[in-house]
Amino acid sequence: MDILAILQSDSMAFLIRQTLLFAVPLMIVALAGVFSERSGVINLALEGIMIFGAFVGVLFVNSIEKLGWFQSAYETLKLVPSGKAEMDFSLLLQTQGFALLAMAVTAVVCCIFSMLLAFAAIHLRADQTIAGTALNMLAPALVLFLVRMIANQNTLNIAGEASSWFMLKESYFGFGIKLTRTTKTASMGFLGQAFINQVYPMTYVCILLFIVMAVFMYKTRFGLRLRACGENPQAADSLGINVFKMRYAGVGISGALAGIGGFLYATTTMNCSSNGDVAGFGFLALAVMIFGNWKPGNIAMASLLFGLLKCISASYSTLDFNADRVYEFAQLGISKHLYNLMPYIITLVVLAFTSKSSRAPKAEGIPYDKSTR
Amino acid sequence: MKRFDLRELMGKAGFKTVLASLISILIGMAVGAVVIIISGLTNDNLGGKTVLEGIQLVTGGLFSTGRNATTGALTFGFNPQLMGNMLFRAMPLIMTGLSVALANKTGLFNIGAPGQYLMGTAATLYIALSLPTGTGESLQRVSGEFATHMEALGMTGATYPAWLVWVLAFIGGMLAGALWGAIPGLLKAVLNINEVLACIMTNWIAANVVTWIFDASKLQNAVENTKRAYIYKTSFNGVQTSKLGLDKLLPNSQVSGGIVIAILMAIVVYIILNKTTFGYELKACGSNRFAARYAGIRDKRSIVISMAMAGALAGAGAALYYLAGNTELYWETSQSLPAVGFNGIPVALLAANNPIGVIFSGLFMSMLEICGQKLKDLTAFNEYITDVIIAVIVYLSAFAMLIRILLSKRKSGGKEALK
Repeated sequence: MDILAILQSDSMAFLIRQTLLFAVPLMIVALAGVFSERSGVINLALEGIMIFGAFVGVLFVNSIEKLGWFQSAYETLKLVPSGKAEMDFSLLLQTQGFALLAMAVTAVVCCIFSMLLAFAAIHLRADQTIAGTALNMLAPALVLFLVRMIANQNTLNIAGEASSWFMLKESYFGFGIKLTRTTKTASMGFLGQAFINQVYPMTYVCILLFIVMAVFMYKTRFGLRLRACGENPQAADSLGINVFKMRYAGVGISGALAGIGGFLYATTTMNCSSNGDVAGFGFLALAVMIFGNWKPGNIAMASLLFGLLKCISASYSTLDFNADRVYEFAQLGISKHLYNLMPYIITLVVLAFTSKSSRAPKAEGIPYDKSTR
Repeated sequence: MKRFDLRELMGKAGFKTVLASLISILIGMAVGAVVIIISGLTNDNLGGKTVLEGIQLVTGGLFSTGRNATTGALTFGFNPQLMGNMLFRAMPLIMTGLSVALANKTGLFNIGAPGQYLMGTAATLYIALSLPTGTGESLQRVSGEFATHMEALGMTGATYPAWLVWVLAFIGGMLAGALWGAIPGLLKAVLNINEVLACIMTNWIAANVVTWIFDASKLQNAVENTKRAYIYKTSFNGVQTSKLGLDKLLPNSQVSGGIVIAILMAIVVYIILNKTTFGYELKACGSNRFAARYAGIRDKRSIVISMAMAGALAGAGAALYYLAGNTELYWETSQSLPAVGFNGIPVALLAANNPIGVIFSGLFMSMLEICGQKLKDLTAFNEYITDVIIAVIVYLSAFAMLIRILLSKRKSGGKEALK
């Protein structure tokens, strides 16, 4: 077997693409968790906020669609792969701009939604675990109630396909366009297949956002103060930092990021639909956060690992690296259920081994009380 | 004779707890009503009349008897079917509520009830369907096809009495739940890992393990068409809980004798917690683990046993639910966790972790579910509104302490709050 051929096979490109698809929502939601916990508030509500974010994003796309603002751009783009329409990059700018707008709206609404947790945890000094659990119960209930009222079924879809609205296709760049019934222009090659064709640019926006927010947390004064509030709020307060404000900011940023992650998940893996469920991704993100020891760099690595496992379990029976119709992962004879289990087992084992040296923020989960200074 | 004194009654801690719970319920209901009003009035197809009907059903759906055939107005009255269904649905809720409450008394937040419930489900169904009784009513009904399936499993010949299989399946469910509860307990006691995180992980491990078990098993319903995604009902093997005559009392309902067992178990938990040394040790650990250790209580042992017992209770809830014989499991559980496990949390919180209170809050929660079902059947609204109400109640109980303090402030001018 030729290693180079395997590395450049279509299956490899598929594996990379799919891994990113699963890993990036995990990454951004885990970072959401970090922002909240590092400010001192346990955010168990990641799953709930993701569900809510998925709903808000999809509802926004659905509503704008009805207004028909981007309809012509979408209709034209749909015809490009079959060679029936000319490519014009301003169209792409329109649909991708629309995606960005939906992300921004989701972020704002979910930031407000997370204030329910912040208010209970910070001002009412509530049990943060129970408040988080409440949000995890509230989000799917409210979303399903509204979805049923709006769509008269349990899933809110968009009219067209998200893949046509928001996905990049190689044909947009002149590759793989249908010329006649049997001929096409050349394919995009390995790198194009892995990183451009059938990829949602939203994914890259989120990676960029991840980097920016990680730098923000570590290299700015605000970030330092935020982290101080999660480690030693009394000391932070004595230096004139408003612990309450910082914690509200931490939970708010957390809510915005988790909401974006939810919308990203809904768009990329559920074809932009919302059904009050993200299949435990929020909890998986929590596992990623712990596994990554509350540090962005480790979290990025951990989410790639977990994303790879998710990807393998979802598609192990069709991965064929040397195009000989022997499916390598299926050949291993490992049940797909085991791949599904791995992230949770790994997290438990890691928790077990690192519990003595685990570096969870010291003040997380403890309501700040000025009188204890 | 002592005169009845309202003030004295209101000063009691227990009364305040009940009052705080009632306030939570009222606020929850109010939020539910507001959601109904907003969503009803902003929807062009619905009007004020529908909104009014919606609110009527959310509060009094248990007594709904449908609609008047001529006028189309909602009718209300005693509905034995709904009563029976309420008792039936309360059964697993009481058990998961007890599970959460018991762990809470030891200072542990058992969010792992869904996983423990699932493992209990798997063990119960596996045992109940693997030991042939040869007596099942349904066995004859499906004309020997299930018997063929039993043959395929290599279990012809020996048969076991149905009651024995029931007992074994019930104990199996409890043990599986206990095992699944003991894992986070051990991790907490030995390695000091946060039990909430460990429980979340074990929940999803259970969800996947159960799917794996049934995916590999031959227990998927191959007899009835379109039921391949479900596991056989235990009644296929002639195993089901005795109705104890309750079906005569409440005809056409799902009620079974399991509710009696659930109530008995609540009483047992109450006795263990409040009348035994062991229960005292558990509660001492819950109040202050380190003080308890100083007093000579083995705190680590208490934590593990408490979590194992909590798991056993959740597992027993699953066993009671599936051994009723009229319920079937959708076995592809890997994507979502059973809501009844999570709903144990509000049941326990509403009852302020009192095992006897759990019976009532369990009944209340299942009543809400029935109301939601009626709301869906009779109006354009849907049953998820009850989940919204439940979530609001959980949210409020997160700062139940604050409500209690506010209550006593009002009474004693803030003196008590300052104590």
